[in-house]
Amino acid sequence: MTTATLHDVRLVGASTNRNYINDEYGALSWLLTKDHKRIAILYLISVSIMFVLGGFFAMMMRIELLTPDGDLLTSDTYNKFFTMHGVVMIFFFLIPAIPAVLGNFILPIQLGAKDLAFPKINLLSWYLYMAAAVVGLVVIITGGVDTGWTFYTPFSTQYSNTHVFGTTLAGFIAGFSSILTGLNFIVTIHRMRAPGLTWYRLPLFVWAMYATSVVMLLATPVLAITLTMLMIERAVGVGFFDPALGGDPVLYQHMFWFYSHPAVYIMILPAMGVASDVVAAFTRKKIFGYRFVAFSSLAIAFLGFLVWAHHLFVAGISVYSAMIFSFLSFFVAVPSAIKVFNWTATLYRASVSWQTPMLYILGFIGLFTIGGVTGLFLASIGLDIHVTDTYFVVAHFHYVMVGGTVMAYMAGLHYWWPKITGRMYPEWWARLAALLVFVGFNLTFFPQFILGYVGMPRRYHAYAPEFQVLNVLSTAGASVLAVGYILPIIYLVWSIWFGRKAGPNPWGAVGLEWTTSSPPPKENFHETPVVTWDAYDYPAMMKAMGETQNV
Amino acid sequence: MMVADFPLWPDQASTFARDVDNLYIFLILVCGTVAVGVFLTIFYFAIKFRRRPDNELAQDYEPPKLLEVMWIAIPSVIFMGLFVWGSWLYFHMSRVPDDALDIYATGKQWMWKFQHPTGQREINSLHVPVNRPVKITMASEDVIHSLFFPYFRTKADVLPNRYRTMWFQATKTGRYHIFCAEYCGTLHSGMIGWVDVMESADYQKWLAGGTEGSMASQGEQLFQRYACNTCHTNDAGGRGPVLAGLYGRDVTLSTGTVVKADENYIRESILNPQAKTVKGFQPIMPTFQGQVSEDDLMKLLAYVKSLTGPIPQATTTKGVTQ
Repeated sequence: MTTATLHDVRLVGASTNRNYINDEYGALSWLLTKDHKRIAILYLISVSIMFVLGGFFAMMMRIELLTPDGDLLTSDTYNKFFTMHGVVMIFFFLIPAIPAVLGNFILPIQLGAKDLAFPKINLLSWYLYMAAAVVGLVVIITGGVDTGWTFYTPFSTQYSNTHVFGTTLAGFIAGFSSILTGLNFIVTIHRMRAPGLTWYRLPLFVWAMYATSVVMLLATPVLAITLTMLMIERAVGVGFFDPALGGDPVLYQHMFWFYSHPAVYIMILPAMGVASDVVAAFTRKKIFGYRFVAFSSLAIAFLGFLVWAHHLFVAGISVYSAMIFSFLSFFVAVPSAIKVFNWTATLYRASVSWQTPMLYILGFIGLFTIGGVTGLFLASIGLDIHVTDTYFVVAHFHYVMVGGTVMAYMAGLHYWWPKITGRMYPEWWARLAALLVFVGFNLTFFPQFILGYVGMPRRYHAYAPEFQVLNVLSTAGASVLAVGYILPIIYLVWSIWFGRKAGPNPWGAVGLEWTTSSPPPKENFHETPVVTWDAYDYPAMMKAMGETQNV
Repeated sequence: MMVADFPLWPDQASTFARDVDNLYIFLILVCGTVAVGVFLTIFYFAIKFRRRPDNELAQDYEPPKLLEVMWIAIPSVIFMGLFVWGSWLYFHMSRVPDDALDIYATGKQWMWKFQHPTGQREINSLHVPVNRPVKITMASEDVIHSLFFPYFRTKADVLPNRYRTMWFQATKTGRYHIFCAEYCGTLHSGMIGWVDVMESADYQKWLAGGTEGSMASQGEQLFQRYACNTCHTNDAGGRGPVLAGLYGRDVTLSTGTVVKADENYIRESILNPQAKTVKGFQPIMPTFQGQVSEDDLMKLLAYVKSLTGPIPQATTTKGVTQ
């Protein structure tokens, strides 16, 4: 195989059948594990279940919206479904997906470390996540919640008679899971890099996880504070936000978005990290403008804290603060644009492979670009007045969250799947699924931009008849999308037993994770690796290959 | 007919509509060009440089670093332009013309109530004259709502316990949607209505329909019923400040700060009078929180706004008059 590398050759002597999966057996060896790889698997199973649950709610909504009348679900049920779709997808899938699954598994290996800095805290993160998930599931089973995932007051504190307290408690607990993960990653990246692995030799996935972790650590406590205030107001009537009690409902929106806008970057920054690693691996090239891409992650993390009030342009803020937040919102788009252009430029004179992870990432770049530029429409405050709170916004953030984060998550899952399981997924099926996801996604969400501009407000159970054509298109797209997501669940599980065995480096990629066996041994490396090459140093790899062939 | 079944944007029925649509179209052109450019480039590179036996490894080529400067600088300049355009429009949309027709709106789960100065009241329906600026003063009786006129390209959140204003000038007669755009509970999607834009003459005819008197005169009756007039006499001797000419004027408070007597000031002074006491007066007014409905508050507001005329000497403004 021409994809064999220096690292493959090195491994021949050290090859062993023992790995993190067969090292120990029994349920307790998983539930009490401190191995970051096993914890990543626990997360993989949990977030996958939550994704299916959130997807079920979405599908029911789309079927309801086939016709203008609210005829399938009652209004209350519909309202609960869009609320729980949002809560489940954001708090239990999008935020943990890439960091807690892919980050947990790959980050320590990319650093040449044996584990994260605090393995027990890592396990605690998962238990907190599960505790939050159980509270969330109890809420869903006992009747659900209907406030929208944003919990706007005074509706959430005084008017809703659903399980607001339980849901916010679940969000509160889940927040600590992400704070601890962020803390763990930051310390690990600072303290546990292999000898020779300087900051500028780090894969861009690590830079992205670092930026994400900073945001998790600084923003999530604000969510905890906000939700605590909300719970206190709802439970005992202390007037923080309810005007009838002397509070201010707009204050709630400021506090909520002070977390929840940075949370958007918690969701998209890891996706950008995956994109950089996958683009490099499947072009066999160093990412163009490595330092620009690395620092743009930090710039996004920083600027992401300064734009929260762009969710409030019609909510009753002053004209001048609207202008300031509009200005800052335009400039948070610059570092994202830098990344898109750099990924594109990397393809020039590259060796572009059309394997599944790359297909997902090419799709990611396209969809994220649409998600990004439609953000400019919303940052233009004179135009935002018309399109905010309509389907235009729904389309915009799904292009970023699903077209961006979910596409990149799928890319990363396929890219690292051979490393995680030691098996290859079936390439043909995977390409088909990637294509279905891309087509289905666009058919679902592109019509919603038009729908929003025509004036259909979001969170509508029934709608005016002239909106039907676009809604039917959207529901048709959602059906294609659903098939595109169900396929990988089937063939990935199949591949665990029946997939072709993967070598240590099936892609011929550069990076420490590809120098150890697949699946990796419990301690990741038999000897601590010493790094003498830059990230994505394909020319050096080529040279090394030449040398080994000469031996 | 096909276009009607598959609309790309709603009719332009207000003075804002064309401005908003122009910015929208400009953004589609600029962003569309960038997005399509990125797609085509990716597609072209991904095909031209696809992996083949002769390029198993990429060429050792770095594009010029000048590109980085270019794609930071050019988007920044475009963003500045968009920022200025969007802000100009927002600023314009937030400045209510002085000669606007006053209409009052109350949102509650799940209906819109409108009151006209002449006293007409309507639910989930609003009649306005064409080619005349209309200012809507709004409050919510319960949760946050958002009054959305897609054909006028404007909306604003309606908050409990606080007045907000929005305005538009309809340019085309017809019947257009009113939506609630902020999720407000069970029948959020049923909190809808129609705005009828009428020729001026038709609007006058519509206004001539029977009412219980103008909002201001109904407000005056409330003013007496709540015994406001025992203290707020229209001369300098009252225990409360004279209200004639108050609306829109600067008021000096007992703390020395000067505030503008706008809708929210008047509202607060009725519901929570101790919050801002006018200089020279005792904080003796009782609170009316919970006693006056939103609709009645708007009538009182309309009455206070209707009290024009010279301000007698030695009254609320004695601190600032010469």
